[in-house]
Amino acid sequence: MRAAGLLAAVGVLLLICVASIMIGAKPVPLGDVWHGLFHNSGTGNDVLIQELRVPRTVLGVIVGVALGLSGAVMQALTRNPLAEPGLLGVNAGAAAAVVSAISFLGVTSLSGYVWFAFLGAAVVSVVVYVLGGSRSATPVRLALAGTAATAALYGYVNAVQLLDSAALDRLRFWTVGSLANADMATVRSVTPFIVVGVVLALLIARPLNAMEMGDDTARALGAHLNRTRAMGMVSVTLLCGAATAACGPIVFIGLMVPYLVRALTGPDMRWILPYAAVLSPVLLLGSDVLGRVVARPSELQVGIVTALVGGPVFIHLVRRKRMAQL
Amino acid sequence: MSTRTAKALRTPGGLSVRYEPRAAVAVVLLAVLTVAAGVVLIGSGDFPIAPGDVVATLLGDGTMAQEFIVEDLRLPRVLVAVLVGASLGLGGAVFQSVSRNPLGSPDVIGFGQGAAVGALTVIVLFGGSPTAVAGGAVVGGVVTGALIYLLAWKRGLHGFRLVLIGIGAAAMLTAVIHYLITKADLIDATRAVLWMTGTLDGRDWAQFWPLLAVCAVLVPLVLGHGRPLRMLEMGDDAAYALGVKVERTRLVLMGSAVLLVSAATAAAGPITFVSLSAPQLARRLTRSPGPNLAASALMGAALLLVADWAATNAFGERELPVGVVTGVVGGVYLLWLLVTERKAGRI
Repeated sequence: MRAAGLLAAVGVLLLICVASIMIGAKPVPLGDVWHGLFHNSGTGNDVLIQELRVPRTVLGVIVGVALGLSGAVMQALTRNPLAEPGLLGVNAGAAAAVVSAISFLGVTSLSGYVWFAFLGAAVVSVVVYVLGGSRSATPVRLALAGTAATAALYGYVNAVQLLDSAALDRLRFWTVGSLANADMATVRSVTPFIVVGVVLALLIARPLNAMEMGDDTARALGAHLNRTRAMGMVSVTLLCGAATAACGPIVFIGLMVPYLVRALTGPDMRWILPYAAVLSPVLLLGSDVLGRVVARPSELQVGIVTALVGGPVFIHLVRRKRMAQL
Repeated sequence: MSTRTAKALRTPGGLSVRYEPRAAVAVVLLAVLTVAAGVVLIGSGDFPIAPGDVVATLLGDGTMAQEFIVEDLRLPRVLVAVLVGASLGLGGAVFQSVSRNPLGSPDVIGFGQGAAVGALTVIVLFGGSPTAVAGGAVVGGVVTGALIYLLAWKRGLHGFRLVLIGIGAAAMLTAVIHYLITKADLIDATRAVLWMTGTLDGRDWAQFWPLLAVCAVLVPLVLGHGRPLRMLEMGDDAAYALGVKVERTRLVLMGSAVLLVSAATAAAGPITFVSLSAPQLARRLTRSPGPNLAASALMGAALLLVADWAATNAFGERELPVGVVTGVVGGVYLLWLLVTERKAGRI
């Protein structure tokens, strides 16, 4: 049953990928998509597909996987339905580090600032986790610590942009979160990090299941708590840092997808993680396609669409009965 | 502790007023500090004037040049700073008291972003005048306030729900802000980012009078509701039992606070963290329970004046917008607050 559902989800993902290749400022008919993908002969549509649409779609898929999995792992590690890299300031940390790198160190290439993104993401995730109360963290504390960190970091980002208007011109597009500037070089430079992050996340599915029941029970069941936590943090850092470096901070994907998936699969992380990995790109690419459609002939950046779609989901989560007694 | 320190002032006619000596002293001290900081701020700049000359000029005994500099250039800026700081401090005190949470202050839960969306809409989409930008900020702030209040409402107002819903709304509004900035050309984008950082540069009498009008109505209104607000802190049921019209009081206070914060934002941009830190510092200074409304307002004014002095003088030739200083200092303060609140087991 759950396996069939996963297959269906993969089918939906393929459909969205095709839609993402077809839809844009210049629509491409379905027949040309096949032609452009497999019999590239250099016609206008073939070039469009190979140079723009395919990189954008591929990047959307891997970034979606990264954000969804990091959200799922974070929620399991903190046992907190509101944990989400965007909300907990991890993306903001990556953003602040990248902004510093661009403005002060003159780093311009993605392969250069991806390392700063990792550094920023790692530092902020540890800081927020500690401020939020480490083991005794509650959803409210973590969200507040994340908000505090995000507010301070974005204040810093704004100040840097203000003092350096050349940086502002480059950064104002990056800080939105967009897939529009995707190319195969970007895809190639972030893929290794995301692959490692995904493998780590899938490896800890079983101990995460045990940890859902509380630390003591998990230890009794033979889970290595500290090793699992460390692997989880490394995985989240790799996934968020790579995703943020590639297309800017994108919020709420990591919040929405695991929440919806949990309703489908139940609490077993061994199913939640694969489902989240398949459905997050569906949501991300879907938002991207939607952004291309609603604001023709220009487009709405995907980070904006996900925030506008995800905000209401978050508010719904908070308004739910159980969450009222946080 | 407060019951021990509170004193009563009795008149022969049988009337009595209860007051707390320490709180009263703190309020007076803060008022003196505000005036002193204002005088120093007026005196500092490219054309320094000694504090004594500033006072003399204000009283009408200055030279022509001094009068021009003080009364046309620097006095309005300082007065705007005082009113903005007081509005932010007072608004923050009301919000923190109503949400019963030091983090439930307007700049954490999305009002700054709401006002910024309003202002940026005017800047980017309509290329509006400064007055129109201010109007946009007020509309944006008030609409955001109403929406957050309605969404957080569910059989009563729960402090943490208000804060969390505010955080969600802030994330959505931030997306809109980013979108508007990408839509703009570089000149408008720079203007927008500068506005969003919060600055007092170039404020003159045109910003002062509308702000004064708003404050003249709302500050007495809020201060007058200090007693019911203090009872509200004990919980809705207890306040109701003590004769407080809970919903009406809360609506009046929240409405006033939203308007105060929006008006301040309209005048100077979203200056962050003043409304978060001013009430907390005031509370530590007076050591009295309750919202400490007057002390919070004065603390806000003093904080903003000092921050503005630091922003214009502490970085050598380079003048920074005041919002950068309050943002960095306030961000660190917020983190410290999180740590201490956690140790005290309050959040």
